[in-house]
Amino acid sequence: MLYRKSVENNLSVCPECDHHFRIDADERTRQLCDPGSFEPLWEDLKPVDPLEFVDLKPYARRLVDERNKSGHSDAVVCGKGFIKGRGVVLCCMNHRFMMGSMGSVVGEKIARAIDLALETDRPLVIVSCSGGARMQESALSLMQMAKTSAALARLDDAGGLFISILTDPTTGGVTASFAMLGDVILAEPKALIGFAGPRVIANTVRQALPEGFQTSEHLLSKGFVDRVVHRRDLRSEISRLIDYADK
Amino acid sequence: MSQAMNPGLEPTPSVTVDLDFERPLAQLERQISHLESSLAQARRSDDESSGREDDFAMEIRKLRESHTTMLRKIYENLSGANTVKVARHPARPQTVDYLRHIVKDFCELHGDRTFGDDPAIICGFGRIGSHKCMLIGHQKGRDTRERIHCNFGMAHPEGYRKALRAMKLAEKYRLPVVCLIDTPGAFPGIGAEERGQAQAIAVNIMEMARLRTPILAVIIGEGGSGGALGIGVADRTAMLQYAWYSVISPEACSSILWKTAEQTEKAAEALKLTARDNLKLGTIDGILEEPLGGAHRNPLVIYDRVEKWATQHLREIKRFKIENLIRRRQERLGKLGRYADV
Repeated sequence: MLYRKSVENNLSVCPECDHHFRIDADERTRQLCDPGSFEPLWEDLKPVDPLEFVDLKPYARRLVDERNKSGHSDAVVCGKGFIKGRGVVLCCMNHRFMMGSMGSVVGEKIARAIDLALETDRPLVIVSCSGGARMQESALSLMQMAKTSAALARLDDAGGLFISILTDPTTGGVTASFAMLGDVILAEPKALIGFAGPRVIANTVRQALPEGFQTSEHLLSKGFVDRVVHRRDLRSEISRLIDYADK
Repeated sequence: MSQAMNPGLEPTPSVTVDLDFERPLAQLERQISHLESSLAQARRSDDESSGREDDFAMEIRKLRESHTTMLRKIYENLSGANTVKVARHPARPQTVDYLRHIVKDFCELHGDRTFGDDPAIICGFGRIGSHKCMLIGHQKGRDTRERIHCNFGMAHPEGYRKALRAMKLAEKYRLPVVCLIDTPGAFPGIGAEERGQAQAIAVNIMEMARLRTPILAVIIGEGGSGGALGIGVADRTAMLQYAWYSVISPEACSSILWKTAEQTEKAAEALKLTARDNLKLGTIDGILEEPLGGAHRNPLVIYDRVEKWATQHLREIKRFKIENLIRRRQERLGKLGRYADV
């Protein structure tokens, strides 16, 4: 028997089996930052529908529904905060809004956050949780991969620290851009991390995927993740890395 | 450029038409080829009067004219879905064809020095006009054997890492990089994932954003998502008129958003993936017009246009101080996207 309260009191991790439940951006900033220290930025940036995209539902309609559902106008919350007393620029992606997909607003906010980290010489922490680039903004979403990665190139040139945290799920255009560009890459246990989704791969290769394929632990063994970190240890791991980088 | 180049050449009716929306042309093409063989026959037999030859020639000319008119009409407002079909036409010029026709003294470089050599991406030194460059392009392959060898232009991580190695060489010797993009997407397979497909593409995108040498990109066929962008960050990007460029292929988009493979046409429209759409969105800088009916009907025309575009822009961007060029490249990427600031 599992009680919601006992899971919630345990950072949304199952007290019995350590399953990490998905948490939204608000919960994530609350968990990571010192109480009351997180200050969101660029909340005025709102998505538009440049392609007038319609699938089973018009994108314009979807944006309204997703806003009502998640309480946010797009899929990332960015801002300044403190983690164990260390000032950081923090971005948390929100799976509750269109599965955390990256369109123009997500790309712009993350690029601004990267530039803020550069200007203020603060470490940058991005918590990824995303199905990838947002189809409804097509090539514009694709360009956000280039926009965020170009900003990270500047941060890297200036000697900045970027800690990338991968959570369930991190796939597609987000993995193929900033999420994989961390100076240090941490992952929560058993998160799905990949370029293509497991169904696409299974359809392409027409064979069963190996056990544990595309999990954090699998990526660790293949050399693409530095550390798999339990949610309760994230704050201390981040602050330790900040101290090692002397930031 | 080859001596045979003739930009005024009328499109040759192709007898291998297999695009469904071109079906109305098929009958005309059959008639033309039938008349052409009759004409050839008439010319061979000396005792025939030359009057019949003239009749045949006149008839062929008329049919050709109506063929051109019909072709023009079909291609005037090509839908997204039909654009994708032209971009994937089996006879469409591929990277190796451009290398053969517009690049002199191509010197291919193989391997990523870590895992292997991916034939889905070709890299090497070469000259375009008077410009020494590093050429990088996806290769799909023409016949079945080649296509399998090249994995249909779907590169693995080692392909992207080979491309990065080539770019770094170019940077070292201050050679401009010219990329030819033609991929349905990066390969979604087990080995590709385990060797870090996402990481390889991410690193390429970041390194291209700060590469200290000029970069040009031309989308010659399919511009499929991250697989295209992995060699597609540039100072100037051009797109062939009937190429497509989008965040996802219409097939994959249909199966995800419509939850069926049947809505590919709708997805192709919705994705706004044509050159005209991309120019409007600001994701490319220019469109290279194709010969009537697509590049495969008259490849020499498109080789010439790509070569002229490349030499003109190489001349321009090579003049920039490298710091300014990189600043402009990054500013340009920074401006991409549409949102409201309320």
